[in-house]
Amino acid sequence: MKKLLAQTYIWILLVLLYAPIVIIAVFSFTEAKVLGNWTGFSTKLYSSLFSGGVNGSLLRAIENTLSIGIIAAVCSTILGTIAAIGIFNLTSRKKHIMYFLNDIPMLNPDIITGISLFILFVTFSVTQGYITVVIAHITFCTPYVVLSVMPRLKQMNPNTYEAALDLGATPFQALWKVIIPEIRPGMVSGMLLAFTLSIDDFAVTLFTKGNQGLETLSTYIYADARKGGLTPELRPLSTIIFVTVLLLLIIINLRSTKTQGQGSKKH
Amino acid sequence: MANNDVIIKIEHLSKSFDDKKVLNDINLEVRRGEFVTLLGPSGCGKTTLLRILAGFIASDEGTVSLDGKDLLGVPPYRRPLNTVFQRYALFPHLDVYDNIAFGLKLQNVPEDEIDERVRKVLKMVVMSDYEERDVESLSGGQQQRVAIARALINQPKVLLLDEPLAALDLKMRKDMQIELKEMHRKLGITFIYVTHDQEEALTLSDTIVVMNGGKIQQIGTPADIYNEPVNSFVADFIGESNILNGTMLSDRRVNFIGHDFDCVDEGFGENVPVDVVIRPEDIYIMNNTEKTQFTGTVNSCTFKGVHYEMFVDTDEGFEMQIQDYNAFEPGSHVGLIIKPSDIQVMHKERTCNTIKGRVIDAGHVELMGTSFECDAHDFEPDSEVEARIDFDKIDLLDDKEDGTLTGEVGFILYKGDHYHLTICIDEKSANYLYVDTNDVWDKCDMVGVRILPEDIHLGRPKAAPLGKAEGLEAIP
Amino acid sequence: MNKRSSWSLPYLVFLILFVVLPLILIAVYAFQDSQGHFSFQNFVHFAQQPEAVSTFLYSIEIALITTILCIALGYPAAYILSTPSLNRSAVTIILFILPMWVNMLVRTLATVALFDFIHIPLGEGALIFGMVYNFLPFMIYPIYNTLLKMDNSYIEAAEDLGASPSQVFWKVTLPLSMPGVWSGVLMVFMPTISTFAISELLTMNKVKLFGTVIQENINNGLWNYGSALGLIMLVIIGITTAITNGKDKMDAEKGGII
Repeated sequence: MKKLLAQTYIWILLVLLYAPIVIIAVFSFTEAKVLGNWTGFSTKLYSSLFSGGVNGSLLRAIENTLSIGIIAAVCSTILGTIAAIGIFNLTSRKKHIMYFLNDIPMLNPDIITGISLFILFVTFSVTQGYITVVIAHITFCTPYVVLSVMPRLKQMNPNTYEAALDLGATPFQALWKVIIPEIRPGMVSGMLLAFTLSIDDFAVTLFTKGNQGLETLSTYIYADARKGGLTPELRPLSTIIFVTVLLLLIIINLRSTKTQGQGSKKH
Repeated sequence: MANNDVIIKIEHLSKSFDDKKVLNDINLEVRRGEFVTLLGPSGCGKTTLLRILAGFIASDEGTVSLDGKDLLGVPPYRRPLNTVFQRYALFPHLDVYDNIAFGLKLQNVPEDEIDERVRKVLKMVVMSDYEERDVESLSGGQQQRVAIARALINQPKVLLLDEPLAALDLKMRKDMQIELKEMHRKLGITFIYVTHDQEEALTLSDTIVVMNGGKIQQIGTPADIYNEPVNSFVADFIGESNILNGTMLSDRRVNFIGHDFDCVDEGFGENVPVDVVIRPEDIYIMNNTEKTQFTGTVNSCTFKGVHYEMFVDTDEGFEMQIQDYNAFEPGSHVGLIIKPSDIQVMHKERTCNTIKGRVIDAGHVELMGTSFECDAHDFEPDSEVEARIDFDKIDLLDDKEDGTLTGEVGFILYKGDHYHLTICIDEKSANYLYVDTNDVWDKCDMVGVRILPEDIHLGRPKAAPLGKAEGLEAIP
Repeated sequence: MNKRSSWSLPYLVFLILFVVLPLILIAVYAFQDSQGHFSFQNFVHFAQQPEAVSTFLYSIEIALITTILCIALGYPAAYILSTPSLNRSAVTIILFILPMWVNMLVRTLATVALFDFIHIPLGEGALIFGMVYNFLPFMIYPIYNTLLKMDNSYIEAAEDLGASPSQVFWKVTLPLSMPGVWSGVLMVFMPTISTFAISELLTMNKVKLFGTVIQENINNGLWNYGSALGLIMLVIIGITTAITNGKDKMDAEKGGII
């Protein structure tokens, strides 16, 4: 009985959470300009999305979102990993200072990060555009990379690095052959996190994208929505994004339960 | 010992971490092919010494040479020594084979030679057929074998082992001890082994180096160390023992627990205070109380597998630990005998606390950074003095707020009728107080320290700056 | 080996350049008038505008309501999800986290579409629903995590000592899960107080929140005033962080004693 009640509660919440997404997905298969009108099944919105039906600007926004996400994720992973190794070897007082500084971008609300960087670029007369957006994204992504690499470094038996030296590896070889392989899972999850943060970002991008027509998906939707009408092609797009994320998560989850299964077999 | 037999020579080695001296003037020679154990409690500096040998940390002063060549400044990856780490430090992303082949691959040894050598070394540690296994799937003992194989494959001149068996359970530890000893015999290379387990040290070593407080206390064969400890620390650390205050009356005559005994030690002088060590198995216990040297009443009797362990209160009020194959009922009156050759007499390291200080005014003196009341009117303000305080004139208080000073109970030595405690006041500047007390304290208790003004005796400092050196000496 | 500590230097420089310096600039701009002279004019201006102050207070109110609703809805969900006897499937929690991975604006748009579809007028109610919808997963996940990691022996010990199921919950489970609640509060309150896009989309710009005011001022070139407003928001954020951090530590200590 208790279980039934609990399950009912959970499923009501889930239905509420997913209702909007389901509606969008359903109405992505009809042509009506206004959401809620069903004018018969059609995949026209999908084909027009991919043929660049909206003057190609939506497609360009998607491209920008992805390329900025990839560049920001790679750069912040490199910067963050190097930083994490450095911070890990600092004395405890300096370590605390670095942790504190590292926390700031994570605790700062997007709007503060956005306007502070905007003011920085304005003050030093930096033309805002693609580069400033990438820098801004690296700024708020790197702390998460540092935080996901750090536990791997801490977990690492401190002697493994020494063991490599002891067996004749130079410090660089020891880093490359022992430390990097050991912290790689942390780097990968940091990079994935950075990528999702970047493609999901809206506020910071809005303030640092300048006024030369650069749009990412978020800013495109925002501008579109402010104009009043929502581009119908956003419906198939949202559906695609959602299904992609769903599939990705299912795959990741299946893989991790599989490796967990292996892990438990070992012990 | 011929000089060319020496493989490692350590001279005047010192190392501090954050002003705390962890190694203090270490001198040690290791002979080729020897199994040397560095033995001591945690924090005694043994691991630091091993890590300096391996090259992971640099020393502050002193030299280390291998085969006559200076080792300091040589990075760890160019030293012909290999280490077996305490928690194995196997590379988790590599399998057993790749872990062992790691060093050879770095040297670009041809594949087939690597193959052959890995197989050979795996056979030696009885781990053939495990090549492809994931190291994290191995048991602790198996991981340790792989770690040993990984170190040995590089054919080091010296194998350094940092508490390699500490993480294993008792049974596995015993088995591995035998295997290590066997491996050492077969390979003939020098082993330097760090442990805090005295039994392990006694079992394995050719030579034991007992360390405490960053200093070497004693170097000797296991038998030497056990039978003739040089000070109360070594006696207490190695095996069970009764450590008692005594007085050397004359050559071969010593007084302790209220009786005079014959012994075999000479050259201490007359009426000199000494420490006396009696191993529990060296006290003969019998129901017959006549013609024995002293008598007592059995307080407790516990069966320990091979022997019984008994605590006997002597008629003079000292508690003695005794081991015997026969049980004696608690409450029974027994006679006790100690043979002269079983009485080990040692110099006392100190007979009272000697602390350097500075006079503040006629009624106050600064000792260990704190102002104490005492009679100082014989001395100029601001002059250097040396304060002497008897062990039993220092009060330890439960509430650390009540004392003039706060300290932490360090080494505890039971002396038959009282405890001799080392109280660490300030580890960094090596300020220690030595206290005799009847109260029971535990290691690491925080205590308040109170000294009455009339118990602080001031004197002019001696020419040599002894004050600090005294404190820095072995903690007991 | 300690030479490697210098590897933190590039990041330190980066942080100073792109995190610390911009924040200092906000403070500098906040205390300057449009001519670049030191002044409190911006803050005076803010205090004298009843509209601005009421927007500010309204934003805090909305953020608080959202946070409380998220706790009220999210805690039971997290509790159910983390209790094996009530929920055996690990997939359910993933279903809750999943929306977190979808672009926030897309999610908001979906909400707008939903309201449109069932003909609910956009406005304050829609705003709060939209916020809860957007941030509920951020409340559930940390609470779920602390509950899941909680050592079951605490509960067994409480039962052993004679606590009834409800006593176990109120006296052991809830206090021990407070760190999760506080980090959930941080993750919900912070974005809700500073959001501007969600409110604009969900209310068709009828309801203005503090974030929107900041954004409009910056957009209109009033950088000094915008910075001052940003600074005020930073203070609120700072206070919230300090409170939740303090609570976190307190709870951690309590946990230690237990």
